[in-house]
Amino acid sequence: MSPLDVDLELDCRELRCPMPVIELAKHLADVDVGQTIGVVTSDVAAGSDVPAWCRMREQEYVGEDVADDGVPRFVVRRLA
Amino acid sequence: MSNASAEPGPDARSELDSASSESLHPAAREALLAALDQGYADPRRLHRAGRTARLLLDNARAVVAECLDVRPDEVSFTGSGTEAVHRGLLGLLRGSRRGSTVVHSAVEHAAVRHAAAWGGEVSEVGCDELGRVRAGDLVEGADAPGAAVVALQSANHEVGTIQSVGELELPNDVPLFTDACASMGRLPLPGGWAAAAGSAHKWGGPAGVGVLLVRKGARWRNPFPHDDRIDERVAGFENVPGALAAAAALQAVVAERDTVNARQHALVDRVRSAVAQIPDAQVVGDPVDRLPHVVTFSFLYVDGEALVHALDRLGFGVASGSACAASTLEPSAVLAAMRVLTHGNVRLSLTRDTSDAEIDRLVAQLPGVVSDLRSEVGL
Repeated sequence: MSPLDVDLELDCRELRCPMPVIELAKHLADVDVGQTIGVVTSDVAAGSDVPAWCRMREQEYVGEDVADDGVPRFVVRRLA
Repeated sequence: MSNASAEPGPDARSELDSASSESLHPAAREALLAALDQGYADPRRLHRAGRTARLLLDNARAVVAECLDVRPDEVSFTGSGTEAVHRGLLGLLRGSRRGSTVVHSAVEHAAVRHAAAWGGEVSEVGCDELGRVRAGDLVEGADAPGAAVVALQSANHEVGTIQSVGELELPNDVPLFTDACASMGRLPLPGGWAAAAGSAHKWGGPAGVGVLLVRKGARWRNPFPHDDRIDERVAGFENVPGALAAAAALQAVVAERDTVNARQHALVDRVRSAVAQIPDAQVVGDPVDRLPHVVTFSFLYVDGEALVHALDRLGFGVASGSACAASTLEPSAVLAAMRVLTHGNVRLSLTRDTSDAEIDRLVAQLPGVVSDLRSEVGL
């Protein structure tokens, strides 16, 4: 899988649900509209909850790839 | 012990997890105690005690058949709902002349999903955001080469959404297996299945009793070793007292369901609208076409395990589909398939005597519980 374009990466490797989504929410404003955030986590719920958060918050879920160390990374684009 | 009729006090408890297991119905208790003494013998034997056990077992079968509007010879008693699922689904698979693929929905109970993966190839079909399985995709899966069986639940066990079991138009040689565990007794059994399963402790019967239904004429073959018992579809010594108690509970639940369902449906409506007022809450499942007693919701940024414990401390026993609250440590496959939040999740399932006062107390306390948990993580 080709790596996605990420402007800000959040290290949530040691966090479990719902903390990765909370980190994402807290750091959304750290990027400009149109930029992307990658949430790096092995939390099993993130694959469902990051896209679900995007639908609730009307942000764009770009997709899933992996960070440099192979940990899953969930990428979100700030729309507003 | 819960006692819904007790005056609310500091120790008052509301057990709101009947979809996992409902307490024994009084009618079942009476039947069970009587049958423990009278139905202990081997129902295959010709002596008096054996004939009595056989009579009780036949009676239980006849009552269940009448309650479910099926023939008595279509009813088998198993050791659990899971065993009924295994035998029902895998028996249709074994009887198939067409292939070895089980086409099932992504929101089936784990018992169905595990049985399908164990028995054959799997073709999984998705659902919409309310948890309604896409019937067209099931039919398309059934039309594909190698499809042997389609499995579709009567209603979803986690979110309560009722599925369109009776309306599926499958090819003639692809039978339908219906896991009816979530709805049996509470709602009339839908039609269209070749085999179906139920679980007695979910309607107030005893644990350790399942109901397997196999339609007369269905191509069903025993997937497990044969046993020389009364009923060729099952194995092992018959649990006569359990079967009789399950039948007595089913009869009572069917007789009471018009009243109980209406009350539960209205109470769930109240919960749904109250929870929807809490910020960043998702109330999931079909709001109308649903089980009367089940409601599921999730709170953004809340830890499901912490939520279950907080509610327990306040006297509410609830289930959760969140990964951290699950024995598997996996998020609910149902919630994931519906593409809704899996964290901060609660499933309430009302009992036959859940009162207005209990629901008042719950909806009064929930907003505070949620905001406390959110403030703990700095939100």
